[in-house]
Amino acid sequence: MFEATRLNQRNDTRQKLFRFGLGTMTGLLILPVVLILGTLIYKGAPVISFEFLFTGPTKGMTAGGIFPALLGTILLVVVALLASVPLGIAAAIYLSEYASDNWFTRAINLAIINLAGVPSIVHALFGVGAFVIFFQFGTSILAASLTLAIMTLPVVIVATRESLQAVPMAFREACWNMGATRWQTIRRVVLPNAITGILTGVILEVSRTAGETAPIMFTGAAFFLPLLPQDVFDQTMALSLHLFVVSTQVPGMPENLPFGVALVLISMVLLMNSLSIALRMYLRGKKKW
Amino acid sequence: MVGAGAVPLTEETVPGQVKLGVRDLRISYNHVTALEDVNFDIHEHEIFGIIGPANAGKTSFLKAINRMDMFTPEMKVEGKITFNSVDVSRIRNVYGLRSRIGVVFPLPVGLPLSIYDNVALSPRLRGQNNRAELDIIVERCLTRAALWDEVKDRLDSLGSMLSGGQQQRLTIARALSQDPEMLMLDEFSIAVDPVTTMRIEDVLKELRKEVTIILVTNLVQQARRLADRTAFFLDGRCVEVGITEDLFTGEVKDQRTRDYVEGRFG
Repeated sequence: MFEATRLNQRNDTRQKLFRFGLGTMTGLLILPVVLILGTLIYKGAPVISFEFLFTGPTKGMTAGGIFPALLGTILLVVVALLASVPLGIAAAIYLSEYASDNWFTRAINLAIINLAGVPSIVHALFGVGAFVIFFQFGTSILAASLTLAIMTLPVVIVATRESLQAVPMAFREACWNMGATRWQTIRRVVLPNAITGILTGVILEVSRTAGETAPIMFTGAAFFLPLLPQDVFDQTMALSLHLFVVSTQVPGMPENLPFGVALVLISMVLLMNSLSIALRMYLRGKKKW
Repeated sequence: MVGAGAVPLTEETVPGQVKLGVRDLRISYNHVTALEDVNFDIHEHEIFGIIGPANAGKTSFLKAINRMDMFTPEMKVEGKITFNSVDVSRIRNVYGLRSRIGVVFPLPVGLPLSIYDNVALSPRLRGQNNRAELDIIVERCLTRAALWDEVKDRLDSLGSMLSGGQQQRLTIARALSQDPEMLMLDEFSIAVDPVTTMRIEDVLKELRKEVTIILVTNLVQQARRLADRTAFFLDGRCVEVGITEDLFTGEVKDQRTRDYVEGRFG
């Protein structure tokens, strides 16, 4: 009764072939990730030490640590977040909760999508023109961070808008029906249920901001500085640029040092990504409807 | 029954007066008529039933009363609806209007807040933040909605995680926490088991002493059990308004009303 016909056999063979093919493709995809991480850890891990993380470079950057660059990246990210998070969340709330669907909102949405597609080197040039020259911030942490903020604004806006729109419409209608204003509804029902999604977006923004090189090269990051920055109008070193410098610009560089820098940078990004994954899992566990 | 902190819409209303007046109402979406020819008065402390098949315009009618057309740009309301003799289209403070009218939806909407916060939300929106006062309101409303005994030990758990029938009673408690003058129920029993339905119906019979109730229902017999008068909506028109019992005993103007209540279509 259940003997395989020739057609059954052919279908079965075909499905095995496809499973193998698709599986191989997937395997190939993981390969670069494993290779990159493996190389970085193998070659970079021996360099990592307390000294490496918390002292400055010495001997023309061929020895010593990366503390100024590490601190600089953290500073750049923090100032960028201070600018982009309030702005992005405000815009997303307006677009999702207030704006009606007309040509103006559609134009804004289009602008946001296009902003996300602008190459980072173009952002860099815009940053030079706008912040360094026009606003006269000079090449400084402020100018570099604002450039980064504008570049990552779409990430915050899109993530926030999506988590706001994931809150069912019925909740809003129930609130409006009992006489709540739009803001009361947002404040009491929509935002508390979207906040984890918004946080996930912000963290992803951090990891993107930390890794960028082009936008900060001309706006505020320096090759080498003997002193730590004193305020946001100073220049700073940054991990991503430091990595570029030590790998290509300095003769006589010990082989392992650039790998150490890269390992620190990628660890920061991975740490942030894991945090965002953990948050999302927490969110799923806490889902309230 | 004017809620704490709410501004009266008009001078003191007298029981038995017209609570809601509807004249030549026409509702359309993108110029397509959804409901027209609606003319009737709903009196205070009356349970007014609205029956009719899907797409008859029943829900649009409730939305128009509450000025929810504000949130639906393509929805247009013409004609006149008065609440406490005030034309609702002229009310600037729509929040004052909505807070006087409690709404219960077909599918229970337990907000993703604790049971306590669900019921305390409306008083809080009006600025009531005194915990002791809120405790009293929450207990009173949950008791009146016949839910208190089932949830009194877990007021901190999520309202949206209750069973369907419990959530629907929670939404009724929430509507009552508004201290409403009128309650609008839109097919409240769709997602509720028969036993809970009967319990809620008993609650409604009690509530009529204090509030005016509009009961939109897909169950003809439910209208017969509860409503003093009933309107029959069909294909975007109000075909018939009358004493509920008359619709069932054949005192009807329109044959279609009779066919509908006897289950020949719809």
